[in-house]
Amino acid sequence: MDTNHNRPHYINPYLGGVLLGLLVLLTVYITGRGLGASGAVKSTVVTTAKIITPAKAEHNAYMKKFISPDHSPMYNWLIFESLGIFFGGLLSGILFGRVKKFRIEKSPKITNKTRLLAALAGGILFGIGSQFGRGCTSGAALSGSATFAFGGVLVMLAIFGTGYILAWFFRKLWI
Amino acid sequence: MGPLIPNGIINGDWSFVIALLIGIAFGFLLEASGFSSSRNITGVFYGYNFVVLRVFFTAVIVAMVGLLYFDYFGWLDLSKIFILPTFLKPMLLGGVIMGLGFIIGGFCPGTSYTAIAIGKLDGLFFAIGLFIGIYIFALAFPLFKDFYYSDNMGHVTLTDVTGIPAPWFAAGFTVIALAAFWITMVIEKRVRKNFTEYKF
Repeated sequence: MDTNHNRPHYINPYLGGVLLGLLVLLTVYITGRGLGASGAVKSTVVTTAKIITPAKAEHNAYMKKFISPDHSPMYNWLIFESLGIFFGGLLSGILFGRVKKFRIEKSPKITNKTRLLAALAGGILFGIGSQFGRGCTSGAALSGSATFAFGGVLVMLAIFGTGYILAWFFRKLWI
Repeated sequence: MGPLIPNGIINGDWSFVIALLIGIAFGFLLEASGFSSSRNITGVFYGYNFVVLRVFFTAVIVAMVGLLYFDYFGWLDLSKIFILPTFLKPMLLGGVIMGLGFIIGGFCPGTSYTAIAIGKLDGLFFAIGLFIGIYIFALAFPLFKDFYYSDNMGHVTLTDVTGIPAPWFAAGFTVIALAAFWITMVIEKRVRKNFTEYKF
């Protein structure tokens, strides 16, 4: 059934893709590296741990890699870029009329609670996976593949391949 | 000439301003393409919406071909750009875990930020999950430290691994993407016919 009248306005996906590709190109041209998104959360985790349990954070074999005596882990390129992602999303949302009061998007077959728990669980998994993967969909899969990095293509195939293999088991969440 | 900041053509002091501006453009494109909606995104796995594939594949083609041209014209020194290092098994495992997180959570990190920006609570819960997940990873790190650093192949490109020149990959990927665009268009039409409710 075509429900064009209440379908939100998105830009043409191929146009979006071309612009996003040009943005990756511009980012590499200016900074020498691509886009990222999970790195900012990592910096936030390290900073929080450093404030709440300083000794533990400084002795943690993983977190201490990102702690420097000169500056805070928040003094980081990806933190500013991720703030930008939020504001850019807000800007587009305002422009296309999608900024509304807090709401939950879900399949009609599940409850709000199920959706929120699934979102939380998905986030936890993505957080863990992005550390093993040396980046997430933006840093590893998109920017990595675009710069012909072998690891980037590997992560891209693993993410989408796993998604397709497991989609059937989680269909109630979405359709 | 490029990359501009590593080569000192743009002063590094500007890098955070540039980071913010690039982030704004990135977030705008993600939201405007429909990635602030988890049901939009997961459509790629169920055949009712292939917007993720279209945007992602087009972006990769444009960036790949663009980088080759920049290199050809001498605008960008490809030896100076960052190539993601490859740790074969850890990264495969990471990808699999992210794939599972993707199908359960419906977002990836960047898209969840744009979802929060327009008021989606599920996006917020996903981002909180990211935070918890990375914290769990850090705490448990000693358990799998050796595995995390295993299979280190260094900063290798597809060309380094296979010996096939980069332009062949760009060309091959373009052909695969064009075929995928056509096939998924056919699938999407068929699946949507059986969909009574398609709201996102």
